[in-house]
Amino acid sequence: MSPPNGSGEPVDRLVDPLFCGEEMELSFGPQHPATHGVLRLNLRIEGERIVGCYPIIGYLHRGTEKLFELHPFFQNVPHTDRMDYVAAATNNLAYVGAVEKLIGLSVPPRARYIRTILAELQRISSHLVWLATHAIDIGAMTPFFYCFRERERVLDLFEQYCGARLTLNCMRPGGLPFDLPAGWGDACRRFCEDYPAKIAEYEGLLTENRIWKRRTVGVGVLSPEAAVDLGVTGPMLRASGVGFDLRKARPYEAYGEVEFAVPVTQNGDTYDRYLVRMAEMRESTKIVLQCLDLLPATEGGPIMAKRPRVLKGPKGEVYHGIEGPKGEIGFYIVGDGTPNPYRCHVRPPSFMNLQALPDLANGHLVADLVALIGSTDIVLGEVDR
Amino acid sequence: MSEEGTPETAAAPGEKPAEKPVWERDPVVPEWRDADDDPLAAALREALPEAIRSAKTFAGDLTLDVERERLADVARELKTSHGFSLIVDVCGADYPNREPRFDVVVHLASLPPDRAYRVVRLKVQTDEATPVPTLTGVYRGANWPEREVFDMYGVRFEGHPDMTRILLWEGFNGHPLRKEFPVEGIDTGAAIYPEHYGETMGPVAGTGTGWRPPKPAPVAPVGDSADAKPEGPKEGGSA
Repeated sequence: MSPPNGSGEPVDRLVDPLFCGEEMELSFGPQHPATHGVLRLNLRIEGERIVGCYPIIGYLHRGTEKLFELHPFFQNVPHTDRMDYVAAATNNLAYVGAVEKLIGLSVPPRARYIRTILAELQRISSHLVWLATHAIDIGAMTPFFYCFRERERVLDLFEQYCGARLTLNCMRPGGLPFDLPAGWGDACRRFCEDYPAKIAEYEGLLTENRIWKRRTVGVGVLSPEAAVDLGVTGPMLRASGVGFDLRKARPYEAYGEVEFAVPVTQNGDTYDRYLVRMAEMRESTKIVLQCLDLLPATEGGPIMAKRPRVLKGPKGEVYHGIEGPKGEIGFYIVGDGTPNPYRCHVRPPSFMNLQALPDLANGHLVADLVALIGSTDIVLGEVDR
Repeated sequence: MSEEGTPETAAAPGEKPAEKPVWERDPVVPEWRDADDDPLAAALREALPEAIRSAKTFAGDLTLDVERERLADVARELKTSHGFSLIVDVCGADYPNREPRFDVVVHLASLPPDRAYRVVRLKVQTDEATPVPTLTGVYRGANWPEREVFDMYGVRFEGHPDMTRILLWEGFNGHPLRKEFPVEGIDTGAAIYPEHYGETMGPVAGTGTGWRPPKPAPVAPVGDSADAKPEGPKEGGSA
């Protein structure tokens, strides 16, 4: 079999007799388990080879941006939960960060540490969902069970903190709704100390697995130039060799006070995207542990900034982006002096990253497409909003 | 954004009460400031005279008001000469009382390994009839966000390779993020089922005649009023 070419050049039929055939159209999804939701792809295929890929999205569009305009600033936090519903905490964080920037609130240190902990736990749980579904798409069943076992522990931590497991609604403009319950820090520490061994378990199953490598190495190569040109951010960008991470580039919350590395790999294929996300989970546990160490000094301190009872956005506009599990999630908010945002736009990382899929898929086999959708790590709730 | 932590600056008993930490003070609401002396704005004005209408900052974000026809030129200049290689976002905004009513807002970022991280915002004004030059020739990533702006506001982009709806379906009638679009939605069956509505019938977005959901049927009281009849809309005048 000739190596898949990611360049999008037409397949040479004479060289590739096994996979030639008449060009035909294949509608992939929206009701297909490997599309991670309701993504539809109109494929043009020659035999098994993809020569054209046109994503069709919007099946989960709920008009979130319209809803933002109808509610006061603090009531919009639950809407953000429902965009990337496997990473609600980072959505909350991006939104409240934008509101704080617009209104000029400063968050007390204890709230910043707890927010950082929640965001990093959320990154771990989001990456676990990605790994579980990505692996099961490619045919590795066992990681699914392992990943959901650990994710359950993260969700339990969220539940103990705010009562919810997925749609957390766990942040407020200016700080946090609750302090940590008693014993939460210890439970979180136990998890973070156990977790690197669990990552080693997943890696034992996959990293050197021959089948896994045959399905991922060299599949869907995204060059650094193309990645930046397409607006790709997050682990996908870093797997292509561009070490851009907003946590380092513009440290927000407590990221300026903790030490962590930004994993970067050079090949930009599906396997490297896997490596980057696995390494990121390790870094996340380090960040959480450092924040837990910083917390006792702020024991009993405020978790909410001084703020007016009704938040009114001044006449102005801000953009605030943070590093979510899938890439840069940002909010562009326009205030008009009323308690509601005049305009609130989301910069969804999945939406921008999904744009790269046709580039990745061209020239590959239909079966590889499933691996590629998994490795772009999209959540359709966020793509469609 | 958040100021550096200086934790526990308070205390020091006996002395005059130290300044409160920043999170216990009233919020400092940001204000618009002129940024004509910003080096980036100055460099752009020199390279592309007449393209920048105004340069302002708000909460540290540099906002450049750009002439509509020059948007792609400004973006290209930012990309090639100033390292703004990443397109963060393209979005729209609707100001119905203004002429022209729409804003197209572009966020560009410079990436750290070569440059300091910075986000710059470009804004152009347009109306429904006037297309905006597309950025897809400068950043391929502008493709989908521009389609979304078209979908949500009806603003067209000149030179865009695929100016179609992206989140809503092909026959959708209207642009839902316009301020006059009713939040409860409209009956878009007019366009999807022309055999039922005819070509010119059915409500149209933007005319203020949005479809409203029918009032829910009155619910029969349960529990304490035992003699309540199961369906009582007739005598349901109540109180």
